Order: sequence, then structure tokens, then C-alpha cells
Amino acid sequence: MDFTYTLAIILLPLVTFLTIGLLDKSMPNKLAGVLGTASIGTSFLLACYTAYQYFFVYGMVDGVYQKIIAYHITWLKFTDTLHIDLGVILDPISVMMLLVVTTVSLMVHIYSNGYMHGERGFNKFFSFLSLFSFSMLGLVVATNLFQMYIFWELVGVSSFLLIGYYYEKPSAVAASKKAFITTRFADLGFLIGILLLSWYTGTFDFVQLTQTSAIGTLESPAIATMGGISFMGLSVISWALILIFMGGAGKSAMFPLHIWLPDAMEGPTPVSALIHAATMVVAGVFLVARLFPIYAIAAPDALTVVMWVGAFSSLFAAIIACTQYDIKRVLAFSTMSQIGYMMLALGVSKYGGENGLGFTASMFHLTTHAMFKALLFLGAGSIIHAVHSNSMLDMGGLRKYMPITFITFGIAWLAICGFPGLSGFFSKDEILVAAMQNNTPVFIIAVVVAGLTAFYMSRLFFSVFFGKETKYHHTPHESPKTMTIPLMVLAFFAIFAGYIPFSKFVTSDGAAFATHFHWNVAIPVTLIAFIGMGIAYVLYFKESTIPTKVTKALKGVYTTIYNKFYIDEIYLFVTKKILFNIVARSIAWFDRHVIDATMNGFATVTNYVSNSIKGLQSGQVQKYGLVFLMGALTFALIFIYLVTK
Amino acid sequence: MNVIIFYILAAVILVCSVLTVTSRKILRAATALMFTLIATAGLYFLLQVNFLAAVQLMIYAGGIVVLIVFSILLTHHMEHQFDLAEPKKAIPAALAAIAGTVICISTVLQFDFTSRLAEQTTAPDVKLFGRAFLNYGEGGYVLPFEVISILLLAAMVAAIMIAKKNKQ
Amino acid sequence: MIEGIELQHILIVTTLMFFIGVYGFLVRRNLITILMASELILNSVSINFVVFNKYLYPDALQGYMFAIFVIAIAAAEAAVAIAIIINVYRRFKSVNVENVHEMKY
Repeated sequence: MDFTYTLAIILLPLVTFLTIGLLDKSMPNKLAGVLGTASIGTSFLLACYTAYQYFFVYGMVDGVYQKIIAYHITWLKFTDTLHIDLGVILDPISVMMLLVVTTVSLMVHIYSNGYMHGERGFNKFFSFLSLFSFSMLGLVVATNLFQMYIFWELVGVSSFLLIGYYYEKPSAVAASKKAFITTRFADLGFLIGILLLSWYTGTFDFVQLTQTSAIGTLESPAIATMGGISFMGLSVISWALILIFMGGAGKSAMFPLHIWLPDAMEGPTPVSALIHAATMVVAGVFLVARLFPIYAIAAPDALTVVMWVGAFSSLFAAIIACTQYDIKRVLAFSTMSQIGYMMLALGVSKYGGENGLGFTASMFHLTTHAMFKALLFLGAGSIIHAVHSNSMLDMGGLRKYMPITFITFGIAWLAICGFPGLSGFFSKDEILVAAMQNNTPVFIIAVVVAGLTAFYMSRLFFSVFFGKETKYHHTPHESPKTMTIPLMVLAFFAIFAGYIPFSKFVTSDGAAFATHFHWNVAIPVTLIAFIGMGIAYVLYFKESTIPTKVTKALKGVYTTIYNKFYIDEIYLFVTKKILFNIVARSIAWFDRHVIDATMNGFATVTNYVSNSIKGLQSGQVQKYGLVFLMGALTFALIFIYLVTK
Repeated sequence: MNVIIFYILAAVILVCSVLTVTSRKILRAATALMFTLIATAGLYFLLQVNFLAAVQLMIYAGGIVVLIVFSILLTHHMEHQFDLAEPKKAIPAALAAIAGTVICISTVLQFDFTSRLAEQTTAPDVKLFGRAFLNYGEGGYVLPFEVISILLLAAMVAAIMIAKKNKQ
Repeated sequence: MIEGIELQHILIVTTLMFFIGVYGFLVRRNLITILMASELILNSVSINFVVFNKYLYPDALQGYMFAIFVIAIAAAEAAVAIAIIINVYRRFKSVNVENVHEMKY
């Protein structure tokens, strides 16, 4: 089967980006919007077709989903084995990601037509959206680490551009810089990891790297060698994978590289929905999943790191989310927490068969989370559009004014809380089962996070749609059709995405297995979620004074959490006080007074010498002639009397 | 006889050379140069290279000297007298020239020419030169001959181009 | 070969002529006289070519040929040089080398 057409899924947004970007102002806004939406729509249809072809027709051979190289060119050839290629790989996770990315992207495109209506940089916004879609799609189909790295950076750039979309606002500029620099710093680790891995294995290619034999060991002999070499107590392969994970942690906003994500909410809300909730931030999860066989088989240490980072970030973000008032920041921390969940699921997973439940659960949660979190963000955008404020304190009782937003947001809220029957319930359940089977402390953390999630999401939901009656400057109204239709579509997915039998399609080794529903996990966790929702109901459903009393009682703790555990301040202290003041300043002094001075010294000496000898260049031919003659005579003397004798 | 003629020619060459570079009147210097060149032609006759002597007379003594006299007429007043060479400039130049002379003459005198002298066969005549110029076989000079003719043409064009008054 | 005259004698004459030319080249201020001095230098060298050919390799022609080419090139050089001198005279109203020092530092 020829899958070359999948190339079009990736290239269509690129063409759109170039068209809209180059024509820019000479193109009517409406046309740009329609063009962008149509191109991603085509990509979406093609992705659906690909998924059908792959999962149901051609993908499975002997009960195992194959890795299909749909398109491939050798781009930079260093040696016969080491070359950087560009291509399209189709395997369960990449096809799944193609679907998720194109779906969310299509919804966001449609939504943006309404949300961004009348903005000055409307065309620019759509061209950047297309650029992002192109980069993200290129990332998920990358056939090798280096291609992934290239698109990884492209994603970073488009994220930077979109966060800084309101570039007149200093806070947006600062946020975009922060996001770019933080992720770039993390990508340094990624790059070193790639180089380490390729240095030992001599290849960037995913297929070769993750080739496993029938008995569940890696076929690449170099990886076994890497396992043998140890450095500071860990094998080199573990180091390489931890460094690669550092890149993933940066993009996925894992502690302690998460600081950029809340600030990234400065971007337009559709961007937050697309990039900072559904697609780009899960790139780290995708990266670990992509290299999962190596993590699971050759470097369990690295996988443990992934697990603990995921678990800690998940708890950490959930706690902060309980105290925030900015509606988008609550969602941002929620995103971070849910991504921590996915990381945690990968971390507790093992390779092959039913042991790979965590892997499947992680991918499952990635998909469902993309749907309901995009929905939450788009709903939040709809609310912000109506209220013209980000703060929950300015909202309340909105259910009367915005019925569609209310219902769809409610569905997403129930999904993320794990309400039985909705998508989040199933994926979360699988994660919890996987955690319970493998690691009890992590399981406990996950359960606590599930409760906290239910609490802070309910807090958000109640205080926005119920709660106190707020006086608005002008009556909020429901958003236009272009915005409500994506909400409804995504609500549909948020309900029903959970019924996809994921373990049939996406597994760690490509072979399907059956999952059983674990009532012993589902029931207590659901109860905990209900408790969380119940507390939020008591506190926030009607206007009450209890929340203020609680915050007063826990003043110190509350302030610490409200200020995000002062992580930003710690970063600022380290960079401003230590790096800038002590390290950078002394280096700058050295640069100015030693290196520059040496160079200036050379220049001064040269200047002085040339000034003193410039008189020789008199412009008088005869002087030159005299000097020339003397030189010639001297040479003659030397040759006659010294050389010949 | 030959010896006497040679010494006369040598004396003319040297005296006129000195006059050429020291005379304070430029036309006199040009005349002295002409005599030097004519004496050189005489030297060639003495050496029995008649063709070369004729060329020397026609081109050097005839052409070039006339050209120089023309340029003198275009750029000078006839009665203009040069200043004497200033010692600051003349002394180093003279020292350098004397040093060079000493080095060269001592080298010439030290070198053993006598063992390398060869017997004269026939004096080269115009026919020989003519054949050599147009011969493109071994030992022929047709290529340099053509090249020098192009050079002359180029020099002629260049001279016109340079000396031509600018229209602006 | 001139009967009774040794090679060295002629070489001494040409050497003297050469360095007289050099002296003139270095001392004279007038461009035309400098040109004349350089003609002296060229001339002395071409005599050398002829004399070496005559005394040492009488059967060969190279020395004579060189002399002829030197004369031809001297003619070309004189033509161009005089054109330049006339141009310099137009521009600087003088043919004194010391007045022409645009190429100074």
C-alpha cells in the first residue's frame, strides 16, 4: 500500500502558511480564515482516511501493527550508516497523533474565525497557526530523532510567535521570551541526548533504534554496549535518555521547567487551546512514547525519572491550580497536572503485552485530554470573549447568558473530573490501574491528584457559571456560531472518545491486548472525585464566606501556593542575582579589561608603528627606486660573496 | 684600427651618457642621448652585426629621440635651465651607483671568460634574421615577433587614448 | 668579435653606462630626463646581450633577437611614457616628479 499521500497532510499547512504569510495584507481576512480552515480541514480528512487505512486495512501484519515508512528521503549523509533523513513514519502513535492534532487544529481554526474577528493581525494569526500545524504534524511523523528535533524547534518557534501575538503588550513579549528561552534551554539537553545516543548507536532512525526481537529485547547491539558503560552511577544509555527527557520535560512543562506555561497564557485563547493544552505540550509525552522500547528495556532508571517527575509535577500543579483566580492559569496548571499524569503512566509501564498497560493508558489519556482540555480552553475563550476579563472574580452566574458554552464547558468539566461514562473517566482509570499494579506511592499520588483535579475544576466551573451575581458593564451574550460549533464537536468527542478500545490499537509493542475494567479502582477514585466536587460545591456554588475564612486560616501556606511556591522567584534569583551579578559580571569584566584590552593594545601598537613609519611611503618614485636599488645590491652582495663561497 | 675605433666609441658613449644625466639644459641632454645611441650603433657595426646596428640607428636614434624631442618641445621653454641636483639626493644616489659599479665590475673581472670564448664562424646577415623571424619550426621567432607587433599596436592605441584631451 | 678587444672591456663600458643611467634615474627631477636615463639603462643591457652572443656563442641568434626585442619594447614604452608625461603636464602644469606625489600615505 502506498501511503505517500500522507505527505500532503503535513505539506498542506506549510503551503497555507506561505500563501497567507506572503500575501499577508493583500489578502482579505475572510479569505485567509477560510483558506487556513480549508487546508487543515483537508489535512483532517486525509488523516482520518490514513487512520482508517492503517488501523483497519493495512497496518496489522500477524496481529502486530507495523511501522510503515510512507515517505523517505536521505537529506544529510555523514557516513553510510549515519545520515539525517526526512520522512513520514506511520505507526499507531503517529497515526493517533495525526488524528488528534488535525482534529484539535481544525476546531481551533474554525473557532478562531469567530474569536479573532476584527483583530488587526488576523492574517498573521492564521499563517502562524498553519505554521504551527505544519511543525507539529512534521514532529509526530518524524522518522528519526534529528527530524524530530528540527520540527521540535519549529514548534517552539511557532509557539513563541503565537504567545507573543499581542506584541504591543510587554507582558506578552516577556512571556514569549520566557517560553522560548526555557524550552530552548531544555532542548540543549535534548540535543546532547540525541548526540550521545547516536554516537553510540550510529543512527538516528527510530525504526532501527526501537527494533525489538521476539523475546522482547532490543536488537540494536550498540544499546546493550551503552548499557554497559557507566558514568556517575548510571549507564550511558540512561544518561542519554534522561537528557532526551529533559527536552521533553521542557516542552511538556514538567517540574522544574514548567515556569513558562502559565505565562504562555498571554497568547490568544485559541492558541492556548491548540498549543498549550492539546498538542505541543504533549510533545514530551510523545517523545518518551516514541522511544519507549529503549526506555523500558534498556534504561529503566531513566523511566523511573520520568515517572517521578510526572508524578511530582502532577501533584505540584494540581495544588497550585486550587488557588489561582485567572481562569486560563487554572487551566494551564491543570494541563501541566494532566501531562504529569501521562508521564507517570509511561513511567510505571513496562514493555510488551498487558505489562504495557501504562503506555496505552498514557496515549489514551493524551487523546481524551486533548479533546476535553481544548474544549475547556475554547470555552474559557468564549467566556473571556463575552466578559472581557480573565479573572474568575469578575465572573459569576454566566449560565443564564451563555447556555451553549455552559453545557459544553460542563461536559468537559465532568470529563476531566472523571465522571463515569465520560472520556476522562476511562483513560484516568487505566492510568490508575497501571499505577496500582506497579508502584503504590505513585498510585496514591495519582489518586490524590484525581481528587484535587475534581476540586479545582469544580471551583472554576461553579464560580464562573453559578456563584455570586456579578454586575457586568454590558450583558454577556452567547458567542457566534463559528465559536459554538467547535465547542459542540469537541463536547461530542469529550463524551465519546472514552469508548475507543485503545488497547486494540495503541500498545507498546503493537500487539493488541484486552483490558478489563477494574471496579476496585474505579469506584473509590470516583468517590474521591465526587468528594472533591462536593467540597467545591459547598464552597463556591453559592456565594459564601467559607473560602475567605479558609484562606485566612491557612494564610502562609495559601500565599506560598498562590505564588506558585515561588519557583519563578527562585529562577529570577538564580539568574539575576547569581548568574547576572556574580558570574556574568566577572566574565564581562574579564572580557572588557583583559580580552578587549589585549586587542586594543595590538591596535594601539600597530597604529603607533604605522604612524611612525608612514613617512617611508612618500609618493616619490625616486626614493622607492633608491631603496629598491640598495636592496638589489645587497642581495647581489649576499649571493656573490656569501652564498657562492 | 679596430681597437682605436672601439676606444673612441667607448669614450663617446661614456661622455655623452654623463652629459645626458647631468646637463642642465634639456635639449642638450637629448642631443647627448642621441650621440650615445649613435655610438652604440657604431659599436654594433664594429661587432659586425649590421642589421642590428641599422635597427638601432633607425628606431633609437631616429624614432625615440625624435619622440623625446617632441615631448620636450610640448612641455618646456627652450631656455629653461634645471637647478643643480641637490646634494641630499645626489650623494646617496651617487654612492649607490658607485657601489653597484664596483660590484659589477669586480664580478666581471673575476669571472673566467677566456676559456669560454668561441671561434667566430660567419657574421649574421639580414637573410639569417629574416628567416629566424618568420620561422615557426625549432628555433624560430614567429610567435614573439607577432606578439611584439601586437604590443606595438596596443602601445600606439594606448598612447593616443592617454594623450587625447578629455571632451568634458 | 673585435680583434684585440677583450670581452671584459666592453662589459666595463656597458656597466658604467648602466650605472650612469641609474644615477640619472635617481637624481633627475624632470620626467623626460628620467625617461632618457632609462633609455640609457636599456641600451647598455642590449649591448651586453649582443656582446655575449658575439663572443661566447657566435653560432646562436638569441642575443641579437633579445636586443631587437628590447629596442621594440623601448619604442613602445617611450610612446606610452610620453603620452603619460603629456597628460601629467596637462594636469599638474609641470613634469617635475616631486610635484607628482598623489600616491603619498
